[in-house]
Amino acid sequence: MTEVLSNARPEKLVAATAEATRKPAGDAASQAPQGPRRRLGPGRSLPFGRLIGPALLIAVWWAASAFGYLDPRILSGPGSVLSTTADLVSSGRLQDNVLISLQRAGLGLFFGVAAGVILAVAAGLSRSGEYLFDGTLQVKRAIPSLAMLPLLILWLGIGEQMKVTVIALGVAVSMYINTYASLTSIDSRYVELAEGLELSRWQFIRKVVVPGSLPGFFVGLRLGVTSSWLGLIVVEQINATKGIGYMMFQAQQYAQSDVIIVGLVAYGIFGFASDAAVRAIERRVLSWRRTLAG
Amino acid sequence: MATHSGGVTEVTEVRPETAAAADPASEEHGSDRPALRTTRLVRKFGDRIVLKELDLALAPGEFTALLGRSGSGKSTLLRAVARLDHMVEGSGELIVPERVSLSFQDSRLLPWLRVLDNVVLGLRGPGARERGLTALAEVGLEGRERSWPHELSGGEQQRAALARALVRDPQLLLADEPFGALDALTRIKMHGLLRELYERHRPAVLLVTHDVDEAVELADRVLVLDEGRISVDLAIDLPTPRSPRDPRFQEHRDTLLAALGVAQHQPTAS
Repeated sequence: MTEVLSNARPEKLVAATAEATRKPAGDAASQAPQGPRRRLGPGRSLPFGRLIGPALLIAVWWAASAFGYLDPRILSGPGSVLSTTADLVSSGRLQDNVLISLQRAGLGLFFGVAAGVILAVAAGLSRSGEYLFDGTLQVKRAIPSLAMLPLLILWLGIGEQMKVTVIALGVAVSMYINTYASLTSIDSRYVELAEGLELSRWQFIRKVVVPGSLPGFFVGLRLGVTSSWLGLIVVEQINATKGIGYMMFQAQQYAQSDVIIVGLVAYGIFGFASDAAVRAIERRVLSWRRTLAG
Repeated sequence: MATHSGGVTEVTEVRPETAAAADPASEEHGSDRPALRTTRLVRKFGDRIVLKELDLALAPGEFTALLGRSGSGKSTLLRAVARLDHMVEGSGELIVPERVSLSFQDSRLLPWLRVLDNVVLGLRGPGARERGLTALAEVGLEGRERSWPHELSGGEQQRAALARALVRDPQLLLADEPFGALDALTRIKMHGLLRELYERHRPAVLLVTHDVDEAVELADRVLVLDEGRISVDLAIDLPTPRSPRDPRFQEHRDTLLAALGVAQHQPTAS
């Protein structure tokens, strides 16, 4: 009895309001309470949800090797990769190689960033700089740094100098392209403002040019960091006696797939960590545009 | 006050010794040097001549408004006077004081500098920050010095821009439609603020505007730019604050509207 009543009540109410607003009876249904609308977006996110994919991949890998589907000569299981890592660390081989690789990538990145930024500022702020450097660097951009490897080996030999130069060349081009693009798109009204305030050239660079081209600088830096790892992998396969790439190259000759995987994981971790570090710095430095970038 | 040349000197002959001589426009103010003087200023855009040998003189401390139809060259004249325009021709002089401040229709605050850093940008000498803080307090923005420009409202941004102009203690303030992008209520407040700051600091002001009421309300002298020359030079000798209901206010407004080619007795918004 009560059930019937409670059911009947809202209907009555709806009907009454419909009458009160003088709407046609057919419209009454549209005023009945409804649930939320159908969601078209992807829905709520899980914490650390992005780790599910890689975790699943490792689980499949582990299962496949545990049940004997994987030949250890083709691909070692996660267990043996872990124990190999432990061995490499305790013998100091991994640290030595990683340190050398980090040094190469770091030096290449440093020289590349410095060269790219200086060239971008010179090309962006003076016509002669633009005429001298911009065309040259656009041509260089069309030639992959790795394609210049034979020439650089001829010039610089196979030592560290060549390795750092190859990395720096790749970094410099992506730094230049992005920093220059950002610098030349600085609003001309800000240039006019600086002229009106009679800023010196140095003040203009410090207060307008540098902050205005930072967004492009960071895009270039993220690409540059990635390209420094890429260059590293290639140069370390050429007559190196140390480095992650060398370690992997050797492991290939002895069919130690576990060592190769340790090297790959090391590259992956460094690539990911350096990109995350650049993004963290970018968020701090560009905090003035937080509302835009989110 | 020093006469100053630069920017347009390649084509404009600047003769400071002439400026030091008696100047008819500023005699009544008891000063022998104008805050601004240009003679025979020419600016062409292709074949179109925007400024035709324009002569203009502003006395020190004089609040002048420059009216003109859209495209009449108001902003061109202001940019030429501000020496931001590198393509100005002319056979005469361009004399501006040493300390000139500019204000634009957009507040033009650098988004990557905090409000105080924007205000003191390019300011030299010790105590720059203290002067910046004083200027911010004067425009009613005390306590906002650490804010980012995008955290301010449109009116507050324009106030910060005004503080940036004032902190340089200008002898000449050039303002290009500084209230053009503001809503009506904010504009009324800004009018009061600008007049108040003007009376306290007494720079010469050249205010470019398209708003006749704004010109009559704020300025003591209104110029109309037409066909590349100053066609009307009207003194407004009404006490401030001025009310648009004052019959003399309406008289001035009608004169100016007629000069701008708009029918008289047309109802206006404010």
